[in-house]
Amino acid sequence: MMTTLRTEARIALAVARKDALAELRGRQATVSTLFFAAVVLLLFGFALGPDAARLAAAAPGMLWLAVVFAGILAVNRLHLLETDDGALEHLALYPVSRRAIYAGKALGGFAVMLLLGVVVLGAAGVLFAVDVTAALPPLLATVVLGAAGVAAVGTFYAGMTVRLRAREVMLPLLMLPVLAPLLLGAVKATSAALAGDPFDELGAWLQLLVAFDIIMIVAGAATYGYLLEDG
Amino acid sequence: MKTRVLGLVALVAVVTVTLVALFVVPPDRNQGDAQRIMYPHVASAWLAYLSFGVTALAGIGWLWKRDLRLDAVAHAAAEIGVMFTAFAIWGGMMWGRPIWGVFWQWEDPRLTTTALLLALYVGYLLLRRLTDDPERRATRAAIVGIVAAIDIPIVHFSVEWWRGLHQTATIGSPDRVLNPAAPGIFVGTLLGTLGAFTAAWLYLMIRRYQLACAELAREEARRVDLLMSARAAAVR
Repeated sequence: MMTTLRTEARIALAVARKDALAELRGRQATVSTLFFAAVVLLLFGFALGPDAARLAAAAPGMLWLAVVFAGILAVNRLHLLETDDGALEHLALYPVSRRAIYAGKALGGFAVMLLLGVVVLGAAGVLFAVDVTAALPPLLATVVLGAAGVAAVGTFYAGMTVRLRAREVMLPLLMLPVLAPLLLGAVKATSAALAGDPFDELGAWLQLLVAFDIIMIVAGAATYGYLLEDG
Repeated sequence: MKTRVLGLVALVAVVTVTLVALFVVPPDRNQGDAQRIMYPHVASAWLAYLSFGVTALAGIGWLWKRDLRLDAVAHAAAEIGVMFTAFAIWGGMMWGRPIWGVFWQWEDPRLTTTALLLALYVGYLLLRRLTDDPERRATRAAIVGIVAAIDIPIVHFSVEWWRGLHQTATIGSPDRVLNPAAPGIFVGTLLGTLGAFTAAWLYLMIRRYQLACAELAREEARRVDLLMSARAAAVR
């Protein structure tokens, strides 16, 4: 049992490392995703501004919408990478557990999402005059949990839509409604953290995020194999 | 033949409960005539949840048994479920306008949850249309259907929380009508509507399932045709 888990963890790390290497050598994808998120933040500012108080109040919502929108691009990219030269078929041919492949892809997605979350958090702090340094630990915890949730759900749906004709529409259409609880939880946790948690509700929202992440990771790991097989 | 009888019974039952709900039951003391919307509204919401449960279970069945008829059941249930979901939302908005003063009430977790439900299953149906191979389509649809069903309780729970962790129940909640203190005729009408609508649902399910099976057979026939003509061309 222990050895299987260890082998699967090694496989997952190898898959994630492969994605990270490809990303580092190509690089454009992550950078353009980050810029896309920044542009979304700017446009939100134009749509709601220039009243500073109003922008600060709406900052958590704008922050997480930017992360989720940019996240669609990020997870899609990680699977698109595999279709270029039939790499996904090769991945499916490896005699290793599908769970491990899913974990590896999700881990790669998580790394990108984490970077995205931290950068967007900083950008939102600057753009909307919100002091993020005052409550950094709970904010970072929210970013980690939110990034994990988007990566878990996104990896799974991107794996499904990557071979579809209308991929660009179907990925967000399938993914966004599923992500709704994550969006609620992350926005609420962020506003609670920024306000200094006056109603003592931060813990509850973080718990919701943890539960969402666990359920979606289990669901993704259990079903990803079927997606890979039907290639 | 049996299905036709069921359809006839369902039709008579739906017409009967509609007439009872409109003309026999007295109007609600607080909400007046608007409260009559509650009967088909609650029945539709129940059938929406029933449908999506069937979709998820049939999806699990497909992944397990690899029988395309199970996928046909999942497809039929999802399509009918989307219809009842839309009907439930429409009824809720018609009720909300006179009672709440607005069509859409963000404070109500059921309304927002149901809207997301509609989005989830419209996505499911669109996904089905985008995949030509029946087995691949069945697998993808099954997975989306299962994950959507898992997501529903999380969505409901989180929206309920989001509305306000400290707030008590909303005013004029339709559930109130179901409490034991409500007069028997209200409860009886509601139960009658539930029964009649469920019979109609069953009839629709059977017909849609038959149609889905016919569609599958036609797809298969066309594939064989293509194969045969390709082979004939190759031999020549």
